[in-house]
Amino acid sequence: MSRQHIISVLLENESGALSRVSGLFSARAYNIESLTVAPTQDPTLSRLTLVTVGSEETIEQIKKQLNKLIDVVKLIDLSESFSLERELALLKVKQNDAMVQKIDGLATDALARITDETDDYLIIELSGEKLWLDDFLSSIEGEIIEVVRTGVIGLSRGERSLTL
Amino acid sequence: MELSGGEIVIQSLKDEGVEYVFGYPGGCVLHIYDAIFQQQDVKHVLVRHEQGATHAADGYARSSGKPGVVLVTSGPGATNAVTGIATAYMDSIPLVVITGQVPRAVIGTDAFQEVDTVGITRPCVKHNFLVKDVADIAETMKKAFFLATSGRPGPVVVDIPKDITDPNVKVPYRYPEEVNMRSYKPTVSGNIGQTRKAVAFIKEAKRPVIYSGGGVVLGEASEELRRLSRTLNFPVTQTLMGLGAFPGTDSQFVGMLGMHGTYEANMAMHGSDLIIAIGARFDDRVTGKITEFCPNAKIIHIDVDPASISKTITVDVPIVGQVKPILLDMLAQIESLGETFDRERISAWWSQIDEWRAMDCMAYDKKTSTIKPQYVIEQLYKVTNGDAFVTSDVGQHQMFAAQFYPFDKPRRWINSGGLGTMGFGLPAAMGVKFANPDADVACVTGEGSIQMCLQELSTMLQYDTPVKIINLNNGYLGMVRQWQEFTYKGRYSHSYMDALPDFKKLAEAYGHVGMQITKKTDVEPALREAFAMKDRTVFMDFLTDSKENVYPMIEAGKAHNNMVMAPSSKFKADTAQSSLSSASVKRMPDGHKKAAL
Ligand SMILES: Cc1ncc(C[n+]2csc(CCOP(=O)(O)OP(=O)(O)O)c2C)c(N)n1
Ligand SMILES: [Mg+2]
Repeated sequence: MSRQHIISVLLENESGALSRVSGLFSARAYNIESLTVAPTQDPTLSRLTLVTVGSEETIEQIKKQLNKLIDVVKLIDLSESFSLERELALLKVKQNDAMVQKIDGLATDALARITDETDDYLIIELSGEKLWLDDFLSSIEGEIIEVVRTGVIGLSRGERSLTL
Repeated sequence: MELSGGEIVIQSLKDEGVEYVFGYPGGCVLHIYDAIFQQQDVKHVLVRHEQGATHAADGYARSSGKPGVVLVTSGPGATNAVTGIATAYMDSIPLVVITGQVPRAVIGTDAFQEVDTVGITRPCVKHNFLVKDVADIAETMKKAFFLATSGRPGPVVVDIPKDITDPNVKVPYRYPEEVNMRSYKPTVSGNIGQTRKAVAFIKEAKRPVIYSGGGVVLGEASEELRRLSRTLNFPVTQTLMGLGAFPGTDSQFVGMLGMHGTYEANMAMHGSDLIIAIGARFDDRVTGKITEFCPNAKIIHIDVDPASISKTITVDVPIVGQVKPILLDMLAQIESLGETFDRERISAWWSQIDEWRAMDCMAYDKKTSTIKPQYVIEQLYKVTNGDAFVTSDVGQHQMFAAQFYPFDKPRRWINSGGLGTMGFGLPAAMGVKFANPDADVACVTGEGSIQMCLQELSTMLQYDTPVKIINLNNGYLGMVRQWQEFTYKGRYSHSYMDALPDFKKLAEAYGHVGMQITKKTDVEPALREAFAMKDRTVFMDFLTDSKENVYPMIEAGKAHNNMVMAPSSKFKADTAQSSLSSASVKRMPDGHKKAAL
């Protein structure tokens, strides 16, 4: 049975390291739903989060193959324990009252706000779980001019951490 | 000590104890070549094609256990080396390949002879580096050797821009004693608990098989494999890459397994209740149809690479680590059981295996007047007392060599098993000879394969590396022709090669001895004559039976118990083999016999 996994990887912050990871996924025909990467507090390390889908056996292989890459220092599968997942999206729509009302009407703990407003356009910033973003975006009536999503990032809750 | 980048490259090789570099010069490595010129310790071998350099370094590595070193220029030098790098990668052979790169300032501008070497080689190396600073060369070289030779070995590419090898820029040199990479910590010893579990399975096994692979050779664990096998008295089968780790002439050896493995080895795998896989990776040429692989067996798998475990076949007891310490652990635990594991203990299993063996599955027609390729290999075995280093190319001749030359020592059988690279054999034989100057080295090849790296005959003359070339010339891309016979009703699409050169004259033109052997009775005398010429390379062109096939054969995607048998074997077409666990044999349209459970 295929399931989605979020894998977090600490990677040497070296040129070419990212292409080793993406090359692995294409060479071995693994799925990759999203991938996001940025340097960590320790500038010699990047943290990469990828979302992939596969059977338990495939996910096991993906983790082993990732670990085998020399530039991979450490990884955890966030889906193995309770974890927090977030994604950020920015979307641009034509000015419209309905949208302004929709955002204003959201519960206060929902992370959505109008970040930029010009005469004709709005840019809305959303953050939350991927599924919430998916729902929000599909609930929008009228034309969305542009959307950009960061891909999922996450942290495991409690004591379990991905650190050196 | 202050050195230039070019000098650092060479000094690092010296500090690694490197004897030979196989290479070919060009613009971006000229500074390095100038550094080579000014010293004597590291010897350079000028090949005739960069593919030859990589295969020669590979043959050197496989036969000696030491890493092979290659030096090529940027662009076409690097791309020509790629086949050899991929060949080494697939068989986990330690190579350090130094490639020149265009100067840093022009990287990315499509400069003359620029190619993204790190990008091109990424999927076929264990790791690669683009060195960006002269001060980093020494440490990168150290890392390259460490990575290439530790854990699961493999090729490492070090790409060096020309400007950081500039003779006018000198920096302090110190070769690191050791490297510590936080991201690379190969597992050494296995988990004791797992070994204990394995021993518990071993205790209960009624129909065990030891399935041993190239990892035993690479892990220098032949001695431990022999001890384990002899302690347990279990049947042993080996992969194409593992041959020689356990002696091929030992009665416990049931032959190679897989696509062209023996009937007894494949049937034993299929009927087994416990497989002990040691340094083997369940390659598709070994397993056949995955869903029908060893249907009743528990599987213990020892491997240094965690990613090899349960990659294609799910195993019951994985043990990750170096083969040698794990086998020693296992032996100690077995000995402490205080039980006897003699053949009696599994006598029913052994008598079953003996019955399978009696079918003589590799039999070939010995009465014909034509030269059978198998016969040539048998004579080669005899003439070299079974003690030569044998390299091979890829095709039927490779399988005949693997089947008919039983290797008693590891590192004697040298072939491209994983990538199956035609053209490997000759340069590899040259590399073997560099590592083993006093040994007999034979290259078993075919008229197709030999033409893929033939130019190295010239290198072999220059460096005086006498090798005996056994060309099993069947006039066909034989292995292709065989598949076309079996699966395309004999439509021999482009597997026949017209206008072959006169190999005898060709060898002579290269300054070597050429022979053409057309009569069966000349085979042995010609071999004796050739091997008596210790200091000459002899090209022996054997005109062999053009339509001989390799048997047995498991066709791609079929299971172990579904083999096509040799017409000369004891299988009776269309009759049930009553005593043989109901194996039945079918005649194929063109006279093969097919055995199926
Ligand atoms: C570089 C390369 N190209 C193509 C193949 C596919 N191939 C495998 S065996 C073979 C035929 C080899 O012919 P020959 O060297 O004459 O050996 P034979 O099978 O006749 O003994 C071919 C073309 C290969 N293995 N390697
Ligand atoms: Mg041929």
